[in-house]
Amino acid sequence: MANKEIVDARGLSCPQPVLMTKKAVEKGGSQYEVLVDNGTAKENVTRFAANAGFKVTVQEDGEDYRLILSK
Amino acid sequence: MVFNAFPSAIFVKSKRKRDVFMKEKKAYAGIVITGAVIGLIAVVLVALGNPKNMGFCIACFLRDIAGATKLHSAAVVQYFRPEVVGLVVGAMAMAMIGKEFSPKGGSAPAIRFFLGAFVMIGALVFLGCPLRMVLRLGGGDLNAVVGLLGFAVGILIGIFFLNKGFTLKRTYKLPKSEAFALPVALVFLFVLVLIVPSLFAFSENGPGSMHAPIIIALIAGLVVGALCQKSRMCMVAGIRDLVMFKDFKLLLGFITIFVAALIGNLVTGNFHLGFAGQPIAHSVHLWNFMGMLIVGLGSVLLGGCPLRQLILTGEGNTDSAVTVLGYIVGAAFAHNFGLAGAAASAESIGGPSVNGKVAVIIGLVVMLAVAALNTAKANKNS
Repeated sequence: MANKEIVDARGLSCPQPVLMTKKAVEKGGSQYEVLVDNGTAKENVTRFAANAGFKVTVQEDGEDYRLILSK
Repeated sequence: MVFNAFPSAIFVKSKRKRDVFMKEKKAYAGIVITGAVIGLIAVVLVALGNPKNMGFCIACFLRDIAGATKLHSAAVVQYFRPEVVGLVVGAMAMAMIGKEFSPKGGSAPAIRFFLGAFVMIGALVFLGCPLRMVLRLGGGDLNAVVGLLGFAVGILIGIFFLNKGFTLKRTYKLPKSEAFALPVALVFLFVLVLIVPSLFAFSENGPGSMHAPIIIALIAGLVVGALCQKSRMCMVAGIRDLVMFKDFKLLLGFITIFVAALIGNLVTGNFHLGFAGQPIAHSVHLWNFMGMLIVGLGSVLLGGCPLRQLILTGEGNTDSAVTVLGYIVGAAFAHNFGLAGAAASAESIGGPSVNGKVAVIIGLVVMLAVAALNTAKANKNS
């Protein structure tokens, strides 16, 4: 199992969470965990990651969302 | 094996792409429906009394509210627009239903206030927020094309800073009362307008005197507010996300509003192609361009267009509430200091005064400074 990089974008509104995810993904890893705290960011990061070829699983974590990206 | 690997890899990739598309189909349908409803409601509101190409204009509506509450005394733009109350309350109701109502704030509120004020000044020099710009395009007003160019350039400048690491830092969870403050104040004022109208100022002529019936305007706001909350409609994010992430979802909303308004205007006979003789507009190209440039730049720094800020206010985002207050104060300044663009008329070509031009330049300098200061810091920290 490769190291899972965590992107903590809680408290940030789009486009920042997507931008942070994009920067992380550009490093070429295959496992990421993105933390966001609003529905818009959840949708946008999911859409971006899916388009970048990742499988995305969303877990609700209290008032936050934990997006598991893998490919 | 090797021979087969390549085609199957392509197949898997295209299948995944198709799955992604299917999953997102609902989101695309949502934004298209929202765009169509906004465009059509806008045309209906005009048919029922709103000024032309102003079925919705967040900048104009907040300016009228600033006038109604006597924050400025420009006699032609004073009216308490029920649409604004509807947008915020509609968004709040939908956010609560969808469990997305979340009181938060604390991301550079003072800076946001001033960015909001300058975005408003830019919008009033052009004579419309990004939403009215699209509605003006749908009415055949070519001055809005010039505005759109400025708007796009402003967004590109904003993207430059975003890519360099610009951020106004994170928000924090806040008590519920914070989230209700502005929405409750708006509803309270609206009720007061209905019960004791003599407290407020109402235009007897000019754009402020033109309006759809109160109840219809309110319902229109509620419907559009709810739809925009659900679909995340935003005029700025459309172009921004396309450039930054090749994500065209929100741009689809922008385009649908244009198409719906275009069709509506053609049907109702309100489509007139050209620069001259457009309703509440002027053809001073440089300042149409510059006005919308600072609207685009400021809105990227704020994270959304004026419509989106109203919707986020309904979702409990107090940074957006502060931004909206900034818009209102910016509108008051715009009219108290003669900064707003004048509509062209038979006697005058219109456009902004010297004061207005200077204010746009000051706005641009302030925005660039805010962008640079909050980018440099982010770089140092990381």
